Amino acid sequence: MKAILTVHNLASDLVTTIWTPVFVAIFLAIVAYAFWPRNKAAFDEAAKMPLREE
Amino acid sequence: MSQPSISKSMTVGESGLAAVFAVTAFLCVIAAAKALDAPFAFHAALSAAASIAAVFVIINRYFERPAALPPAEINGRPNYNMGPIKFSAFMAMFWGIAGFLVGLIIASQLAWPALNFDLPWTSFGRLRPLHTSAVIFAFGGNVLIASSFYVVQKSCRVRLAGELAPWFVVVGYNFFILVAGTGYLLGVTQSKEYAEPEWYADLWLTIVWVVYLLVFLVTVIKRKEPHIFVANWFYLAFIVTIAVLHLGNNPALPVSVFGSKSYVAWAGVQDAMFQWWYGHNAVGFFLTAGFLAIMYYFIPKRAERPIYSYRLSIIHFWSLIFLYIWAGPHHLHYTALPDWTQTLGMTFSVMLWMPSWGGMINGLMTLSGAWDKLRTDPVLRMLVVSVAFYGMSTFEGPMMSIKVVNSLSHYTDWTIGHVHSGALGWVGFVSFGALYCLVPWAWNRKSLYSLKLVNWHFWIATLGIVLYISAMWVSGILQGLMWRAYTSLGFLEYSFIETVEAMHPFYVIRAAGGALFVIGALIMAYNLWMTVRVGEAEVQAPVALQPAE
Repeated sequence: MKAILTVHNLASDLVTTIWTPVFVAIFLAIVAYAFWPRNKAAFDEAAKMPLREE
Repeated sequence: MSQPSISKSMTVGESGLAAVFAVTAFLCVIAAAKALDAPFAFHAALSAAASIAAVFVIINRYFERPAALPPAEINGRPNYNMGPIKFSAFMAMFWGIAGFLVGLIIASQLAWPALNFDLPWTSFGRLRPLHTSAVIFAFGGNVLIASSFYVVQKSCRVRLAGELAPWFVVVGYNFFILVAGTGYLLGVTQSKEYAEPEWYADLWLTIVWVVYLLVFLVTVIKRKEPHIFVANWFYLAFIVTIAVLHLGNNPALPVSVFGSKSYVAWAGVQDAMFQWWYGHNAVGFFLTAGFLAIMYYFIPKRAERPIYSYRLSIIHFWSLIFLYIWAGPHHLHYTALPDWTQTLGMTFSVMLWMPSWGGMINGLMTLSGAWDKLRTDPVLRMLVVSVAFYGMSTFEGPMMSIKVVNSLSHYTDWTIGHVHSGALGWVGFVSFGALYCLVPWAWNRKSLYSLKLVNWHFWIATLGIVLYISAMWVSGILQGLMWRAYTSLGFLEYSFIETVEAMHPFYVIRAAGGALFVIGALIMAYNLWMTVRVGEAEVQAPVALQPAE
């Protein structure tokens, strides 16, 4: 039997389908942020954080 | 006098908290009087006594303190708050020994069942949750709270937020442990693995945990460093996720507000799914994310080397966050859980290999250029071996989550062995390493009392772990193979009791391994005690004597 088509069903189908690509996109953006050449200097500095103490 | 005199008055926190505890004490006395069962009466009385003590301590503290609150900075340096850290570090050691000891007792009970003594309070069924909660939540939890309060202050270069709030967190958390632990012995449990405490203990933990989150968050928000150091991300993920898991898994309806028994809202397969969503993410966010935060701060600090790749640490963090939350169903292979959900759990568990090993490589490679320190510094060796165990158990875990492997390993001692290679090797050793660093730092000591004793601890405990996990591997695979052995006529080849009998030698070896681990912890406790008592104080260079620039 076919599921009854309602606005709620459509919305929930859309949400459950769309979050996978959305999460993938967010994750790829994070990877891009991590590897962005301009951020390298700041990250190298952050890596030394535990050593920079008074 | 140059200092303006400040008229002394109670802060809102002091008067408010004293009032809240006074009301709580009153309510607890009523609850104790109207209690429907003896354990509930005991816990209500205990809470009443603790609330009265809290009121007394808060007021006493007010009378003894100077009019001005501790300054955020002294001579331009952050005035770090070490009191709650010391308390939590002490409690970690205390609960650690208690938890390891109860583990040794139940391991011995499995080898020699007469040790149950035929008493309800000492039966395996009650002592087992006491062991797991004591080592995970009491020992591990106190290590995480102590180290998080230390790391967040140092890496944000700012004093911990709040004055009473951090104390509320550390004392309140340990009171939760006390209520949960005594409850198990008295038979109070909601029978959800790693979530055994009943509804009133759960409610109390919720309050404590929200305050913990607030203290941590506010400290991060008022930081003096522009960047939020990666360890703080891991700590924050640990705190937030544990809050979500705790609330998701534990909604329950008490039979009466004056009784300990409650019924969990979830039922059937949904309850199982919620339980293992909670259970596996307790592994992922309590036993992994929190302790990875320790790895990312303490290993660079101890090795005096920067983190191998900060980029990798960012990807490590986010991939762990995105993947871990889906791995729970691998605890429910071949059950009433829908097949696709089982496969989903298995797939995400296998994918977890990548962040786990990325993180392990990042931790280990941080030693590049400092490998020689492994020979001379047993504390660093402990930290590094813990990361190696992390790599080993996060290789084993995804493998065991594969359905065909799981069909052999599930319900056998292999699972116990896997858990303990992670718990003793990774969580235990990284915690020991962190405490060996933290105690001299927090108590302002030049060094540990004895590195030689750390070396003894390291080798005794390592030998104990090797005995433990190898015994459980052999025992588990033997057990699994015996259970699935058929005769040529299609009958089961072994009765269940024959498989139990076959386990006996391995249970004895396991208990011996556990005993070695306990001995190591006792050596550690002595070493830390002596560090605090007779250790030489570290002399801070007085600011006035610094040369002019």
